[in-house]
Amino acid sequence: MNLTLTLILQSVTFLVFVWFCWKFIWPFIIDAMRERQKTIAEGLAASERAEKDLALAQQRAADQLKDAKDEARQIIEQARLRAIQMIEEAKNDARAEGERQKEVARAEIDQEVNRAKEALRGQVATLAVAGAERILKASVDRGRHADLLNKLAAEL
Amino acid sequence: MASGNPTTGEYIAHHLTNLTYGRHPDGTWGFAETQEQINAMGFWSINVDSMGWALLLGVTFCALFYAAARKATAGVPGGLQNFVETIVEFVDDLVASIFTHKNTLIAPMALTIFVWVFLMNLMDLIPVDWIPMLASALGVHYMKVVPTTDPNVTLGMALAVFVLMLYYSIKCKGVGGFFGELAFHPFPKWLAPLNLFLEGVTLLAKPLSLGLRLFGNMYAGEMIFILLVLLYTSWFWAPVGGLLQWGWAVFHVLIITLQAFIFAVLTVVYLAQAHDVPEDH
Repeated sequence: MNLTLTLILQSVTFLVFVWFCWKFIWPFIIDAMRERQKTIAEGLAASERAEKDLALAQQRAADQLKDAKDEARQIIEQARLRAIQMIEEAKNDARAEGERQKEVARAEIDQEVNRAKEALRGQVATLAVAGAERILKASVDRGRHADLLNKLAAEL
Repeated sequence: MASGNPTTGEYIAHHLTNLTYGRHPDGTWGFAETQEQINAMGFWSINVDSMGWALLLGVTFCALFYAAARKATAGVPGGLQNFVETIVEFVDDLVASIFTHKNTLIAPMALTIFVWVFLMNLMDLIPVDWIPMLASALGVHYMKVVPTTDPNVTLGMALAVFVLMLYYSIKCKGVGGFFGELAFHPFPKWLAPLNLFLEGVTLLAKPLSLGLRLFGNMYAGEMIFILLVLLYTSWFWAPVGGLLQWGWAVFHVLIITLQAFIFAVLTVVYLAQAHDVPEDH
């Protein structure tokens, strides 16, 4: 077990292996590991971001749904109010129309009545005269009694 | 084993002898046949088995991790990439918690040390006789399969770490700053020689303990495996030996991982100290 040339050769061999590892092995493996670490970190960050985005989107969708529901409710409410209003208006219109028709009818009736009265008034004189002639059995001078008769007719 | 029935001592010695290629005293180069020849070679010899296995395992590490690195994708990783990334992340976290300076070399170095030393230690779990017997059948006399039981290997790595420590110390602190750190501590400046001696010992103890700790642990572990094999010589003790070897192997799984981890951590710690620029002087 002498110390021999082996010692020197072993030193050189050792340094050569170290150099080889330094130049051709270590950097590539470490780089690959670092890069993978980075990729994984980025992936995790991205997934976290996506999760946040998803939550946000869900929140927004829920908000929109809520808004839509509110709006729909509002619209329905408005429609109902409008319907009630329309019915009310229709009723009022109908009532007004009815009143108007009634008014027209009444006017016509009045007119008819007046006309009948006029007609009667015209005939009453004749009838009265005829009646009086019959009662008096004498002819009455129409010309003399015209004023009297007209007065009578106007009183009817 | 080459010769019929070796004695216990021969068996152990055989297991602890490296396949050595070197310069014979007469100037020619060749494989050593005996321990005496190895001793005679002195410094100019190479432990072919240690170096071979270390290289093979180092290349295995590089090839495996390079295959993963080349196909590394930031997308869904495959099985190999998952496996490699687990280790890389473990080492990266470890280095990040110890080493706060800016130096891209440290983490890859810690990874190389951790995996390579672990693989070399792992050879200890292969039953001690398998590969030496196979080698013997192929005509190779000695074969020590666990590179980290060879102090040349562990101290060689520690030496490289030491060189890097010195390099970064001088780079970060400057020659003067580094010298000041060694000379003006822990006693006042006028005791500089004493300081230099103390700090020098401290400095040298770092790589020495780094290499010897790994070597000692693995050598002791290997020795216990070899000694337990000796129980196989008796029919009565063979099952006990087998059981003990199994138990020791289970325990050893912890040790080989721990030692690889400690070597890597201490390297990072020492290099972090080399980068530290003290503020109080």
